[in-house]
Amino acid sequence: MIDEKDETTNRPILEIRDLIISTEGRKATRQLVKSVSLSLAAGEVLGLIGESGAGKSTIGLAAMGYARDGMRISSGEVLFKGTDLLKLSERKRRQFRGKRIAYVAQSAAAAFNPAHKLIDQYTEAAVAHGVSDAATAENEAIELYRELGLPEPETFGQRYPHQVSGGQLQRAMVAASMACHPDILVFDEPTTALDVTTQIEVLTAIRRTIRNHHTAAIYITHDLAVVAQIADRIMVLRSGELVEEGKTEQLLEQPKQEYTRKLLSVRNLHKDDTGSGEVVLSVDSVSAEYKPGVPVLQDISVQVERGRTVALVGESGSGKSTLARVVTGLLPPVKGGIKLHNAPLTPTLKSREKDTLRRLQMIYQLPDTSLNPRQRVREIIGRPLQFYLGLKGQEMEQRLKELMAMTELEEYFLDRFPHELSGGQKQRVGIARALAAEPDLIICDEVTSALDQLVGEQILNLLLKLQKEIGMSYLFITHDLGTVDAIADEVVVMRKGKVVEQGRKTDVFSPPHKDYTQKLLNSVPEMDPQWLNKLLAEA
Amino acid sequence: MMMTKTHSSEKVPLWRKVLSGLAEAPPTGLLGLVVLFTYLFVIVFAPWLAPFGEATIVADAFAPWSAEHLLGTDSLGRDIYSRLIYAARNTVGITLMATLLAFVIGGALGMVAAVVGGWVDQVLSRLVDMLMAIPLLIFALLLLMIFGSSVTALILILGCLEATRVFRLTRAVAMNVAVMDYVEAARLRGEKMLWIIRREILPNILSPLFAEFGLRFCFIFLLVSSLSFLGLGLQPPTADWGAMVRENAMLITFGRVTPLLPAAAIAILTIAVNLVVDWFTHKASGLSK
Amino acid sequence: MNQLLMTVAKRLGLGLFTLLIISMVIFLAVEMLPGDIATEILGQMATPEAVAAIRQELGLDQPIVSRYFDWLSGLLTGDLGQSLATGQPVLELLDDRLINTLYLAGTAALISVPLALGLGVIAALYRNTLVDRAVSMFTLSAISMPEFFIAYVLILFISVQLGWIPSMSKVDADQSLLERLQLTILPAITLTFVTCAHMMRMTRAAIINLLSSPYIEMAYLKGLGPWRIIVHHTLPNAWAPIVNVIVMNLAYLITGVVVVEVVFVYPGLGQLMVDSVAKRDLPVVQAASMIFAATYILLNLIADVVSIVSNPRLLHPK
Repeated sequence: MIDEKDETTNRPILEIRDLIISTEGRKATRQLVKSVSLSLAAGEVLGLIGESGAGKSTIGLAAMGYARDGMRISSGEVLFKGTDLLKLSERKRRQFRGKRIAYVAQSAAAAFNPAHKLIDQYTEAAVAHGVSDAATAENEAIELYRELGLPEPETFGQRYPHQVSGGQLQRAMVAASMACHPDILVFDEPTTALDVTTQIEVLTAIRRTIRNHHTAAIYITHDLAVVAQIADRIMVLRSGELVEEGKTEQLLEQPKQEYTRKLLSVRNLHKDDTGSGEVVLSVDSVSAEYKPGVPVLQDISVQVERGRTVALVGESGSGKSTLARVVTGLLPPVKGGIKLHNAPLTPTLKSREKDTLRRLQMIYQLPDTSLNPRQRVREIIGRPLQFYLGLKGQEMEQRLKELMAMTELEEYFLDRFPHELSGGQKQRVGIARALAAEPDLIICDEVTSALDQLVGEQILNLLLKLQKEIGMSYLFITHDLGTVDAIADEVVVMRKGKVVEQGRKTDVFSPPHKDYTQKLLNSVPEMDPQWLNKLLAEA
Repeated sequence: MMMTKTHSSEKVPLWRKVLSGLAEAPPTGLLGLVVLFTYLFVIVFAPWLAPFGEATIVADAFAPWSAEHLLGTDSLGRDIYSRLIYAARNTVGITLMATLLAFVIGGALGMVAAVVGGWVDQVLSRLVDMLMAIPLLIFALLLLMIFGSSVTALILILGCLEATRVFRLTRAVAMNVAVMDYVEAARLRGEKMLWIIRREILPNILSPLFAEFGLRFCFIFLLVSSLSFLGLGLQPPTADWGAMVRENAMLITFGRVTPLLPAAAIAILTIAVNLVVDWFTHKASGLSK
Repeated sequence: MNQLLMTVAKRLGLGLFTLLIISMVIFLAVEMLPGDIATEILGQMATPEAVAAIRQELGLDQPIVSRYFDWLSGLLTGDLGQSLATGQPVLELLDDRLINTLYLAGTAALISVPLALGLGVIAALYRNTLVDRAVSMFTLSAISMPEFFIAYVLILFISVQLGWIPSMSKVDADQSLLERLQLTILPAITLTFVTCAHMMRMTRAAIINLLSSPYIEMAYLKGLGPWRIIVHHTLPNAWAPIVNVIVMNLAYLITGVVVVEVVFVYPGLGQLMVDSVAKRDLPVVQAASMIFAATYILLNLIADVVSIVSNPRLLHPK
């Protein structure tokens, strides 16, 4: 028999066995989680990783005995220290939630109640579960706020959620989850909605909390590099099933499954400089504002050569998307001008010629909102052909087929509606619509950020292929430096409406860097599990 | 439109869709539909269904229910059963016209306000706010006093007043669509405003508009009935359910249910429309998921 | 705090402005009346001299702008002119009736608001269950019925067959409160039916909408009980929508009151308005319309102010 001491220390604190979760409904239920088992030892951090639809959040919530509206835990066991949460009454289950297992949501801005102070939302769980009285909990909160580097920890909790920044709010939620000193924390994509530089702060805060308090955790994310910094063990999920499981180092170094290898290789795309020297688009010292006197863009100059890609990089609020609006004529600049093939563009959309409009095309971030759900693909791609080039009948049909082939879509998709396509396919239709106009330049606005990693990579590959084949030029807007490395020839780093640094990618990305560029580059998580350690050690 | 549409095997013919839709309908929705069709039948075939004329005096006043006069006669000796049938035409007809008018005016202006935005939107929205700050029935009474209770006046007044409500809803749902990237893409392409409204906006707001049509219909219908009941709607001798309740109200004090029948006719039609709208909105929200 | 006051002040200003515009609309609407008021009063047979005399007496020979301001200042000082039908001062006519109507609407509101809020919260809590479906079927039927249908059904059963309460609600100032209440109860119940159904549906929708927000899920995941979640996490955010619902339906009472008063021969403002419209008694219609519109605007104003004041972003600015 196992000796007694072993029994208590090695027994997992949480065990999930053969968990099946399906959609709720009278007919045709679909399995979202297909018989997944996992175990978590005390103090251990388990990373759950996968693309959308992998079922990782659903599993995370099920670990608390909770299923969202429209879902049902159909079978399986969730054992917390041997107690099956699923067999308990709702009232009993409640005594575990928040107290023994606590949850940190993706968006703190949405998960904090706007009507109450932060401190009250901290003490609430502690008081409700009888862990401590309000005064004690408040003192602990201040201690934790201090520990997590929040400003003015004594008074920080007196603020309302809308009064603090996104990164601070996310840290406040990490603090609030610790109110009852839980044994397990469930982190559900806690840094996904944040800018890279903020992500570091929150990631550091999370790791510090877990380590200082020896809390076990389930960390859910789609980003392998992020989870590598924090997890002892990683489970890779896909479509509700386990793909592979292993210690973090081992999984990163020697992935067994093809799918894991693909996930790992995503960040290894790289593009070498191409170009012709023929300037397609030139933005000359443009300034713009939405409200008079509040500049969003200041003195921006960018040139795009034929067959090249210029990446506009920056965090939210840097003005990169605004620049796209200025170029397309949606927002007339207050100063400066734009030239297309050396011919000046009129500042407003209305005053531009049809042929000028044709030369500038755009691809959007969200494939769901960029295609009219009530139009078939044929009409979506066909409209620019008809509108700009006057094609019809056989000619139109021929061209449609060519465009479908160029964007690697099957011809029969022409008769489909957007909701019948996957995210990646929709994005390809968006590209085909842009190509249909035979433009000189395509503006790509965060075209991969709403897609899963692997799909995003395929879209980048398609854009590269088109550049090679027909010499397309791109103005590429992104917040993701990994994407920049994959696709850009030139980089423009923006911050608060100004250009921080710009030049060839090879120059900008190699030292010496400007401070902000350095910070941005440093903030991009790397697959190396020691990356965050090294970064913190340097700082 | 001008595109060659090759009909592939993917497309399902309309009657098939309708049939499969009916098969999946909840019992309440089906019930509503059956009731609607019954009313429609009565409206179309009223002259054949009614044994007597709408305004013909056929017997003594307040004759009791009998084989000849199924529901008796009213204060002037007109056959109530016949009047009940003719009233379907009059009341529903006026309501339908007023609702259509409200949607033509309110819908068109609402979409223009959403797509054009700027000062056009500001002016229209403020104007509608002002008009909506007067309670509808009071406004209607005031206007009816001025213009008189002719059928045309009723339709115009109710249509214009209700157009403000339609405007609000259309503008709101069209706004939600107008901020979509595919609308921006159409703008950037250089499309004209009318094209954007017709091809990009309208198809995407049809289902909420349809539901709103049902609800507005009910509202106007109840309003027309109330006005007629108050003696300020359709004028005699035209048969109208609301007016019939008023004309025969004193029968109630003798414990007779006859005056309740036209009122019930109003209630049943409104419930049926509501049931169908409920089913439809349920279905529409399910599809979008 | 300043920002909050500014927002409220702005809203109040807008309310006043709306009221001013409405007074113009009502004034002009009556001005557009085909024919001459003087002829209207005296009938077709009037001599030109008599018409001219009346025109001068009513000030109709003045330009329209100065007549509007005369009318408006009259409104503000309580001088509402004289009824064309009876020659009585309009203020005298309105006085009792306004109180009667407020009494009726108040009774209806006292019954329907708590009832609707309670039922709405319950339906939201037990959403998609049999209870919810039964309640929603019932409310759907209730809002589909014209007020006079419900009114006559009540009269048929309670007044005629059971003989409990008279079908005519002839209230006057001499009756005791209890007598008055007895006479008001049937019209009040009728109004309650319709407004309660509307209000309940909207409360249910507002609560369900809130219950799906992430911070409510977070509250569940903190292990809080259902009542704490409703009272502490949902309600503080629900004030704005709920007050909105209440006000919209109180405003609806204004419309409902007209029909119900006519059915029960209740001597209120609504009945007076209908009578006056039929008699084309302009000063009375103008005054009654102004009162209805002002009440309606005031209610909407209250709803907006509550939602401004209960917004934490405005209460606690950055």
